[in-house]
Amino acid sequence: MALRRNVFTYGVAIPFAIVLAFPFVWMFITSLKPEAQVYDPTKTWRFHPTLTSYGYLFHHTDYVRWLENSFFVGLLVVLITLVVALPAGYALARLAGGVGRSLGVGIFLTYLVPPTLLFLPLSRVVAQYLHLSDRLWSLIVVYPSFTIPFAIWLLMGFFKTIPQELEDAALVDGCSRIGSLLRVVFPISIPGILTVVIFTFSLVINEFVYAITFISSASNRTLPVGVPTDLIRGDLFNWPGIMGAILIPSIPLALIYNAFLNRFIAGFTGGAFR
Amino acid sequence: MAAARGSRRGRLRYVAERRGFLAALLISPAVLFIAALVGIPFGLAIYLAFTNAGAGSLTGKWVGLANFRRILHDPIFRGSLWHTAEMTLISQAIVIVCAGLIAHALVHKFRGRWFLRFLILLPWAAPISLTVIGFLWFYDPQASIWNWFLIKLHIVDPFNKPNWLGTPRAAMASIITVQAWRTIPFATVIFLAGISSIPQEVDDASAIDGATGIKKFWYVSLPLQLPIALVAILFGIIFTATDMVVPYILTNGGPFNSTQMITTYSFATGINAGNIGEGAAISLFLLPVLAIVAIGMLVFARRAEVT
Repeated sequence: MALRRNVFTYGVAIPFAIVLAFPFVWMFITSLKPEAQVYDPTKTWRFHPTLTSYGYLFHHTDYVRWLENSFFVGLLVVLITLVVALPAGYALARLAGGVGRSLGVGIFLTYLVPPTLLFLPLSRVVAQYLHLSDRLWSLIVVYPSFTIPFAIWLLMGFFKTIPQELEDAALVDGCSRIGSLLRVVFPISIPGILTVVIFTFSLVINEFVYAITFISSASNRTLPVGVPTDLIRGDLFNWPGIMGAILIPSIPLALIYNAFLNRFIAGFTGGAFR
Repeated sequence: MAAARGSRRGRLRYVAERRGFLAALLISPAVLFIAALVGIPFGLAIYLAFTNAGAGSLTGKWVGLANFRRILHDPIFRGSLWHTAEMTLISQAIVIVCAGLIAHALVHKFRGRWFLRFLILLPWAAPISLTVIGFLWFYDPQASIWNWFLIKLHIVDPFNKPNWLGTPRAAMASIITVQAWRTIPFATVIFLAGISSIPQEVDDASAIDGATGIKKFWYVSLPLQLPIALVAILFGIIFTATDMVVPYILTNGGPFNSTQMITTYSFATGINAGNIGEGAAISLFLLPVLAIVAIGMLVFARRAEVT
């Protein structure tokens, strides 16, 4: 029985892991190739690896600038999201009862409204009312529209797992409601809050539709838009450089994701599967 | 004077301690933010679809159903509806089968589980807008790594290699592959959560009753996992049908509009060609997908509440 289970486990998990992760292996191999050899069929696997492309990426392109832009937008969006979503998530989980659940589900549904439906009206709003065309601030204003519903939903899940008795004890000891929130609830929710920070940040790093619509100059681009549009000189793709540009943010993000995955599941499924 | 201030502070404190008021105070910034950035643009998207708004003006003139009449007679648009459905349904069918298998393999503890799970999650954790550029290279007409494997396996003729993104059927298959590749990890994660939530007693009881293998899977495991599978499918459908990144970067609708999606066509019409009204009308055809998924989610939420 145990043997059969092991055969099934490894027989399924290993082939799938190889297939799903292979693109990253091939990206890594390509990133080490001299640019002149990427199309050489005799050099598919055997070549002299070089880090030239990484050097090129950091010294001769706007790559570092895009990294900075993405970080800048990411940090501010995470801050705005936390300020708005922390109290709302808590209130929806604890204070508002049955109404809270319906409102929570309603807010979550707004997370499903896709950018591909909203980018046209928002492009006009950004250009004509906010006068933020081609400014990073246009993204900082618009991104909370999907990070806030997402974060509220996750936080609702986390706050529900904190026992009410803990707060009642703080209230009995003379804490105000706000005080018990700041001194008791938030400190023990730090792992949950950290999860929200990471997944919100990765939503921002991922965003493409708004970034390509609102931003037009190379130096204001974020990572996902800068790499496909500006690492191409004329019609020539610098493939090793592009592969490096993909791997640099992907691998750290994947490691962090994996570390926080279980908490993410607990929050995302809203405790429905407990 | 001091007493009056004290009582005012007392009253403030009293109000702040009332549950309903405090809840409203804590929730309202979020609701306002969402109303301003989702609600208003959403209404504006519907309004714009009935106008001839262009690059120059936000509002344009009211033209009634003219935009809809025009796009419904547009073969490219009708193609985009079909392609969106094709991409979504086929990729999600692949996702459900693969994710179901992987989740069952990963659910028990075993040596190397952490590492295998890390590899399987990679496509979801890495930013899709970046990794899809990688696929542009994997599908390169001259140096495609897939072709290298297929030639070694003698499936493909080295002098007549397939041009993955340059021929209509192959381009669609390429897009579907990437959509499945990037959704499998997410569906696996949801499945895993669902399977681990089935109590061990159910397993034991079915074993005592003599259920094994296929029978146990069909009569015990599958019905219990159906609601979770439904959630994974609903997320997969909404993320895939409304996604613009994968088709935009891989083919941008080509060749000959054979992979034109609702999203890419809306972008091409609204932003590139500057016909915002018409582009908005095209994007509104994503609404039925949104409605179906939202209703499905609500049904699930109600069920989870009852049980």
